Amino acid sequence: MSSDSSPAKQPDNALRLPLHWLGAVPFAVFVILFLILPTFRIVLGAFQTSDGGFTLENIQGLFTPTILSAYWVSIKISVASALLGCLVGFAVAAAVVLGGLPRGIRGPLLTFSGVASNFAGVPLAFAFLATLGPAGLITLFLQTQFGINLRMLGFNLLSFWGLTITYLFFQIPLMILIITPAIDALKREWREAAQILGATNAQYWRLVAFPILLPSFLGAFALLFANSFGAVATAMALTGSSLNIAPILLFAQIRGDVLGNPHLGYALAFGMIVVTGIANAVYIWLRARSERWLK
Amino acid sequence: MKRFWAWGALIFGLLYFLLPLIGMTNFSLKMRRGVYSFDAYAVVLSDPRFQETFTYSVVMALFTIAFGVLLVVPTAYWIRLKLPGLRPYVEFVTLLPLVIPAIVIVFGYIRLYNTSSWLPLTGSVTGTNILLMFGYATLALPYMYRSVDTGLRAIDIATLTEAAQSLGAGWTTILAKIILPNVLVAVLSGAFLTFAIVIGEFTMAALLNRPAFGPYMQLLGANRAYEPAALAVIAFGITWGCLGLIQLVSRLQKGAQSPA
Repeated sequence: MSSDSSPAKQPDNALRLPLHWLGAVPFAVFVILFLILPTFRIVLGAFQTSDGGFTLENIQGLFTPTILSAYWVSIKISVASALLGCLVGFAVAAAVVLGGLPRGIRGPLLTFSGVASNFAGVPLAFAFLATLGPAGLITLFLQTQFGINLRMLGFNLLSFWGLTITYLFFQIPLMILIITPAIDALKREWREAAQILGATNAQYWRLVAFPILLPSFLGAFALLFANSFGAVATAMALTGSSLNIAPILLFAQIRGDVLGNPHLGYALAFGMIVVTGIANAVYIWLRARSERWLK
Repeated sequence: MKRFWAWGALIFGLLYFLLPLIGMTNFSLKMRRGVYSFDAYAVVLSDPRFQETFTYSVVMALFTIAFGVLLVVPTAYWIRLKLPGLRPYVEFVTLLPLVIPAIVIVFGYIRLYNTSSWLPLTGSVTGTNILLMFGYATLALPYMYRSVDTGLRAIDIATLTEAAQSLGAGWTTILAKIILPNVLVAVLSGAFLTFAIVIGEFTMAALLNRPAFGPYMQLLGANRAYEPAALAVIAFGITWGCLGLIQLVSRLQKGAQSPA
């Protein structure tokens, strides 16, 4: 329809072509100044001496027991909460989509997941302190009704498991939000086709549904991992600075140079980027692999 | 059997989410010994520090939303209309804040924009506020961009733009009078989510030393027993309100569209 007007437009277009890029400039400037450059500055600083020369000493400085254990605890918590979050979130989403539950549950569940996945940070820590803390609802209930003393059993909210359980409060709903559309996309015909060919339910899940869901699953895992790896506020409010995890250590380092070497802070932050970067690179790689199936 | 497991998973999930909420609500009401009372809320709400920090965070959230809308709507529109080749890259960049921890980004700010740098934003209060707003905008970018981009997908921006242009509209008019009203629901969704994020944000505000609501909550949590639970209930109410408003506006739009 525009064929007759296009020759007339051509010189105009050719003139305007370079100007098209101008529309993306404000966004590019913002992103470069407040996302890319700050990150780049950290990466650069990790390899610099205080007078600007190149060094690997800061990176080597990370390999001390305190810092290594901080990373290790962080990674363990992130893996545990991401893995459990994926599994439980998937179970709940699958139950609602495929389990024959009333249709009316779905809408409220997704709304609630939206709220809960955003209910992170300081208030979340308060909620769990009031529930599983020393004077919390469940702690007192178990003690007075059943004589079970959680503390005597070795449970402590300010610990690896305590933090993992708390993080799951936002991890599970996030998983529900991510995976529900993917489960929706499983076609009824695929299951029927598998059944006609004699597949059992388990075979259908292992050979048909699982490979199809795998990319979404991996993506969700990488996102959940990064989500809990960078979480500072919840951990700070829950444990003060008593738990030695990477983001808390970095927070203390930025505030008051607790490690006694400003450039170690860069290296610490760089290490965090590397960990979340690796998690996402693995995800992209696995996704590319698993998507070959889908073509 | 299948239904049994389905109910089991759902009930487990519900208990997991309801118990902490019940726990915090219950705890927040127990300040007066032996009876339920709203004492903790009264103490919190009358605390001048609460009012100051809460107001500060609300104002910051509004500025962040305004800035985010001004940045994201024209960009997403322009990318879709004129530079579709850039879309995958822009999308990738907007997802970066989900991967790079906020604490790393703000650490970069502190080092890049300190008093001895070329752009000494942290040198003045206004400068630091602006820097914090940019930080919040960065945190909200993945949600805002995604929301607006999805909204734009639903309308035919090329036709709308040509129609407006042939009637003599300039770019500002097109954006403000044609595009924005058409993606208003998406913009509002992004805005409410931004609001929920900014109100509770702790890391950036704490490290930039601004008197925001997040650091205040953390401070109170370290020193008091019952008031933090009351704050948690208030914060949850705000999050719930924001997400509820998103539902409401999208339902209103559906309702408005269905007769047409």
